[in-house]
Amino acid sequence: MTLEPTEAQAAVAATARAFARERIAPAAAANDRAGVFPAELIRGLGELGLLAVNVPAEFGGSEAGAVAGALSMMELAAADASVAVIAGVTNMVAETIASYGSPEQKARHLPRLASGEHLAGAFGLSEAGAGSDTSALTTRATRRGERWVLDGAKQWITSGDVAGVLVVWARTDPALAGGKAVTAFLVEPGMAGFTVGRHEEKLGQRASSTVSLNFDGVELPDEARLGAIGQGLAVALAALDGGRIGIAAQATGTMRAAIDAAAGYAKERRTFGKPIAEHQAISFMLADMATAHAAARLLTLRAAAAKEAGQPFGQVAAMAKLFASEASQRVVDRAVQIFGGYGYTEEYPVAKLFRDARVQTIYEGTSEIQRLVIARRLLRDP
Amino acid sequence: MDFQLTDEQRQVRDMCRDFAAKELAPNARKWDEHHEFPREAVKKLGELGLMGIAVPAELGGAGMDNVSYALAMEEISRGCGGTGVIMSVNNSLYCDPVMKYGTDEQKKQFLAPFASGEKLGAYALTEPQSGSDAAETKTVAVARGDEYVLDGSKNFITNGPQADCILVFAMTDKAKRHKGISAFLVPTDTAGFSRSKPDDKVGIRASGSCALFFEGCAIPKRYRLGAEGDGFKIAMGTLDGGRIGIASQALGIARAGYELALAYAKERKAFGQPISQFQAIQFMLADMATELDAARLLVWRAAWMKDQGVRHSTESAMAKLYASEMCERVTSKGIQIHGGYGYVKEYDAERHWRDSRITEIYEGTSEIQRLVIAAGVLKD
Repeated sequence: MTLEPTEAQAAVAATARAFARERIAPAAAANDRAGVFPAELIRGLGELGLLAVNVPAEFGGSEAGAVAGALSMMELAAADASVAVIAGVTNMVAETIASYGSPEQKARHLPRLASGEHLAGAFGLSEAGAGSDTSALTTRATRRGERWVLDGAKQWITSGDVAGVLVVWARTDPALAGGKAVTAFLVEPGMAGFTVGRHEEKLGQRASSTVSLNFDGVELPDEARLGAIGQGLAVALAALDGGRIGIAAQATGTMRAAIDAAAGYAKERRTFGKPIAEHQAISFMLADMATAHAAARLLTLRAAAAKEAGQPFGQVAAMAKLFASEASQRVVDRAVQIFGGYGYTEEYPVAKLFRDARVQTIYEGTSEIQRLVIARRLLRDP
Repeated sequence: MDFQLTDEQRQVRDMCRDFAAKELAPNARKWDEHHEFPREAVKKLGELGLMGIAVPAELGGAGMDNVSYALAMEEISRGCGGTGVIMSVNNSLYCDPVMKYGTDEQKKQFLAPFASGEKLGAYALTEPQSGSDAAETKTVAVARGDEYVLDGSKNFITNGPQADCILVFAMTDKAKRHKGISAFLVPTDTAGFSRSKPDDKVGIRASGSCALFFEGCAIPKRYRLGAEGDGFKIAMGTLDGGRIGIASQALGIARAGYELALAYAKERKAFGQPISQFQAIQFMLADMATELDAARLLVWRAAWMKDQGVRHSTESAMAKLYASEMCERVTSKGIQIHGGYGYVKEYDAERHWRDSRITEIYEGTSEIQRLVIAAGVLKD
């Protein structure tokens, strides 16, 4: 048992922290207001190896492991959740291609994802009427000799408009029910029939773009298939298990930012003759926030360590995602409360944290889906 | 990072799990009902090395680390919450400070027989009007020749009714407030020492607590633990470890409640299917399991830091705060899942809930833990 990061893991986190403080944090509020995709920052993350942290070095990745990945995600998120989610999805896509891709797919996309040349990777699973319930997917890929023809639409796709490569899930066998009929494909921008639809106007994480995608007779060579025919659900679920560690880490980073901001403010702001930090009503809120943060961090790092050790980690990743994202809601809410009226204005950082946190219990599987995953395992185990 | 237990830690956990299943769980309801101290079980805990887990073997203990202690506490408390605290007090609140601050002579007399389980120790800080606010301690110790004479009283002292020796905190210099407190080892056969009848408690009824009275109670000066004025430091440092014990106890009680609820939910049917198939029940179980894991990781972190010899006040307080409040929520949901059966003594769910309640109170209430944690957060 060693409950502290190794030196190598701490070094990756320190790199992320320095970049987050010097480059990400100062730009966060303006990017959020304008809804600007932070392309320069993403390239900077690529230079530092933070876009493919857990990808083999031969493909341009950092090969630093899942724990280093989670620690660096916490640092990015403490500065700006938008940057964190863009990097998180890119890391997830890179890992998915590294796990399931053909040698050609890996050689083509991984170095570009890792370096930031591909500004992002995108994960095209959700549709207007289907998300975690993959049996409801309607996008289909029809076999035409050596090629596939993709028709349908995707929704809520993070970085879908800027991604250099998109993993898109489609039904390949209409006769088969459920997940077995689903296959994953790699789609690239510029392919005939592939267009980006509407940009969502979001409550938070506004510097990350979220779009719908339309596929109208998009022709794909069979080489664009990721994994085997019918393996799509397995590919998606494995990716999401890892992705949930990323969102848990993001939520943990958001919490830390909220605690730092609220503690700093509480020490300065005075009422009734003393800093509000000296009123128990305030200091006890901070104690609960810090305790929730510590627990979320440990759950997240435990899941990452299990993944890194090659152990089953779906259950612990779901626990980390559920706990961290729910705790994050409470923590940012308390931070706004501690700031009082100032917390309700965009002049201080906690309003953005409050907005940014809200999606953490929703994307990459809602809290309800995490509870389903957890309960299923609990009820199955003897 | 590595969250895996070592082979030794796993062995301790498995041994305790086995012992709890055989010796504790089958008797826990009876001990609770009769407010009965589990003398035989405590003797066996001693034989297994569980009464002085982190005490070196040459001093009568098992010579294991604090993570092992946390694991053992969870398993024992899962079998019987009351037995858990008997063990925790002897390990954390008695053996630990004697090991840390005792002279060689004191360790021989006051540690070895207690670490081996031959004798039982207790810790007496709380008074009728003071607990964590130790500067208000009213019990005094006056130096007189080669002796100290103690006068005053202590309250809610776990293991008090059975203890052979008690670590007592008393004022030696009132003007210095908390810096005027000193610690003393008081054998319970000392003249001038007496105790009340055991408290009638809501839960953890296998463990006894009572008030202690000191009336001209004279002990040799060599029974003072640490220097004069060290008492507060000893008391607080000891609680950092004690809180790991109580957090682990809460974890064990909560796990007992959760496991019982899970088993019941799989069996009990409503509307044609086991209630575990309803999301309302499933999601409660998912939250309970998640919170248990969160608490366990906080406990392990505090214990692991203690093993590394680094300061762990904030971490222990977080573990204690979260685990104890989690325990009350989880055992309460356990009752909810049991429905009416949860409210009757025929099932263990209500005992788990009663047992949980004290974990938010003793060794520093949740409010005291928040004070400790907030001080840590605001210092950074």
